[in-house]
Amino acid sequence: MKTIITPILAIVAVLSTLTSCNNSNNSGALSNNNAEKVYVAPGDHDSHYAFISGGFSGNLTVYGLPSGRLFKEIPVFSQFPTNGYGYSEETKPMFETSYGFVPWDDSHHPDISQTNGKLDGRWIFINGNNTPRIARISLTTFETEEIIEVPNSAGNHSSSFITENTEYVVAGTRFSVPVPQKDIPIKTYKGNFKGALSFISVDPEHGHMDIKFQILMPGFNYDLSHPGRGKSHGWFFFTTYNTEEANTLLEVNASQNDKDFIAAINWKKIEEYVKKGGGTMMPANYAHNVYDEHKHTATSTMKKEVRVVNPSEVPGAVYFIPTPKSPHGCDVDPSGEYIVGNGKLSANLTVHSFTKMLDAIENKKFAGEAYGIPILNFEDVLAGSVEQPGLGPLHTEFDGQGNAYTTFFISSEVVKWKLGTWEVIDRKPTYYSVGHLTIPGGNSAEPFGKYMFAMNKITKDRYLPTGPEMEHSAQLYDISGEKMELLLDFPTHGEPHYAAAIPAEIIKNNSRKIYRLDENQHEKKTLSGSDVKIVRDGKNVHIYMTMIRSHFAPDNIEGIKVGDKVFFHITNLEQDFDVPHGFAIIGANNAELLIAPGQTRTLTWEPKQVGVWPFYCTDFCSALHQEMQGYVRVSPTNSNIELSWSLGED
Amino acid sequence: MKKAGIIMIVGALLLLGLFKFPLWNIMLGAPQYPEPLGMNIYIHGIEGVEEFDLQNIDGLNHYIGMKTIPKAEDMWEFSVFPIVIVFMVVLGTVIGLLGYFQKLNYKYFLGWFLLMSVLGILGIYDFNNWLIDYGSNLDPNAIIKVTNPDGSPMSYKPPLIGYQKLLNFDVDSWPHLGGYLMFIGMTLTLVAFWAGRKASLKPTTQ
Ligand SMILES: [Cu+2]
Repeated sequence: MKTIITPILAIVAVLSTLTSCNNSNNSGALSNNNAEKVYVAPGDHDSHYAFISGGFSGNLTVYGLPSGRLFKEIPVFSQFPTNGYGYSEETKPMFETSYGFVPWDDSHHPDISQTNGKLDGRWIFINGNNTPRIARISLTTFETEEIIEVPNSAGNHSSSFITENTEYVVAGTRFSVPVPQKDIPIKTYKGNFKGALSFISVDPEHGHMDIKFQILMPGFNYDLSHPGRGKSHGWFFFTTYNTEEANTLLEVNASQNDKDFIAAINWKKIEEYVKKGGGTMMPANYAHNVYDEHKHTATSTMKKEVRVVNPSEVPGAVYFIPTPKSPHGCDVDPSGEYIVGNGKLSANLTVHSFTKMLDAIENKKFAGEAYGIPILNFEDVLAGSVEQPGLGPLHTEFDGQGNAYTTFFISSEVVKWKLGTWEVIDRKPTYYSVGHLTIPGGNSAEPFGKYMFAMNKITKDRYLPTGPEMEHSAQLYDISGEKMELLLDFPTHGEPHYAAAIPAEIIKNNSRKIYRLDENQHEKKTLSGSDVKIVRDGKNVHIYMTMIRSHFAPDNIEGIKVGDKVFFHITNLEQDFDVPHGFAIIGANNAELLIAPGQTRTLTWEPKQVGVWPFYCTDFCSALHQEMQGYVRVSPTNSNIELSWSLGED
Repeated sequence: MKKAGIIMIVGALLLLGLFKFPLWNIMLGAPQYPEPLGMNIYIHGIEGVEEFDLQNIDGLNHYIGMKTIPKAEDMWEFSVFPIVIVFMVVLGTVIGLLGYFQKLNYKYFLGWFLLMSVLGILGIYDFNNWLIDYGSNLDPNAIIKVTNPDGSPMSYKPPLIGYQKLLNFDVDSWPHLGGYLMFIGMTLTLVAFWAGRKASLKPTTQ
């Protein structure tokens, strides 16, 4: 035995030496005291919030930086049994769409609202990619307050990016489709399919969204977008691929053109045109779902028309900038001068100049046109290019110090380079195939620039293995020095598609701790134990219930019959931070509820079996949490037992 | 004597601060309460330091069978104390004015102070009795019963003044702004007495 063990040990020893060589960066991190740089002592707060898209989870997660600790998952586009979002009667309307109830999505790009180009921390917006939708989340309650569906769109990918005063959130379609939808051969794609770029206005006070206009662009794929800012405020830039307008085997057929386009859109010009009545109202069908914080209830309205604009009707509003090659990210630097086209199949990284673009437009130096839209000359607009920085550039963000950071998917690295000189300053490997990266405020006119984190696309996990399916990961870098320094890996939930981050000070003092009972305007609220009642309306039974440590009122209910539809309208009477109560009942076919202090929620329960069935609180709320329970007696359909309830009687 | 009269009046008027500011404050902190719960005791009632503190203190106290924190109408003290304070302010002002116009001996200043001190001691005695009742007169059906090592039921009486550990809570009980104004006011009436005495002694030594 010994003779076998020894060589094995030797091999292991050699391997571990090799591994430690490969991971020299890690031991370096320790020797550099990087552990201290991410350590947030118990009770201390992280300096930044990071809002990381959950990708296929449909949600948004909230992390702390630099610790990488997960604070919360905010349900947005996916039902969330944890608190009953999308199952309770109040939140079900959030999932209404023209396709009916769609309880899931693929959430991609969060973006924080801005005032004068700076993050103001009021709301965060995120797109649903599959069923085109844009959601607005309040950063005082950290709850989804509004979801608007986007008609004429498919694969809502080049979203949700925000202009510098949150005038508009855009929703650009990735897939072009027939507009309006119709039954036509797919082969007739070219020339017949359209790409809708939607400009959704945001009410400056309440944040309410409204689709102001859609630009019906040629049938390319619109991948990502970015607003202009500063001097380029009023413009929006969209990367395109498949300018070939292929409809099959796109990996080959959409990669033929040496250059695709960045579509430059003067939205102010189109806005003016629309204000004068330009464009046409087109029949449409899309849902607008709004959650009222005081009614604790969402309502869904179907809208029946949308204003569309044909770009050729507004001369001087839309131009194409040729950009190599199938560009993915489209990123504008904080000054608004440079537009970075991350040509994912290109060897070089292309940077356009906004000033040169205006100049070329002024002098009408066009290389041609596509569907009536002028195409500028590549050379006339080019500011410069970063030569051979890496393979497969995807996304670029900025630190506010004149540096840009680009992720390279194929070579798995982040490259820091200088705007203007285009020289590479530093490069660091990422241990995952990297997708997006985020610098707090890096998507605004004023980046905060202390940290950068890169998010993975493909995980060959560096953590303890958890089987073939695992969570994804992000890596945090310190970018305060000349060289980037890897500080931390931390797991993320779903695919961390993109993120927005912000200094904690801007948000944390506005964060709400309770809902005030005296502001509760829920139609079915019960504000005290003495207002409890049960009302039968045919087969529907409405139970107006309260919850407080450590009992429900009522806790004994009789007279319910098989075949009834029972609505538990439950109000949490607590006014104390972090005392939600849960409600769960045996045989519920939907979910439990988690009800925040001062909130009202309704769960529907359809008893199918005769018996006496318990309900209880699911969130440990006090020393007597286990005692927080009650019974519902369910009698046969033809029984004549009277509806009654009690609390505290024997 | 003029100066002494003014000091006396100012001292008496400082008691009016009790109508605006709390006399006393009790704070309850614990590791799981990063923002401690607190109550401010005014002469006309008890209020939470934060809006929902009383409700939340009651919520905690019901485990050990404590009564809920009394509303103003539940205790005679909260209707009597304001009358007593108004009376003492008027009395002090009148004495001060009469002293100012030399119509009255400075010893009345000391009289006012002694009367106020007696009333104050009675007030503190009453307050302490209330704390004892609040902290030890517990519901016999209380959910949790804690006993002292000798087997007697534990009292949850907050300290009359100062700091005390009550189970997992750190309890601090100290005068608040209204109380400090009252103490300063009372001290001023003593000062007025000394000043009046000095002024009246002067002519005899000259
Ligand atoms: Cu509970």
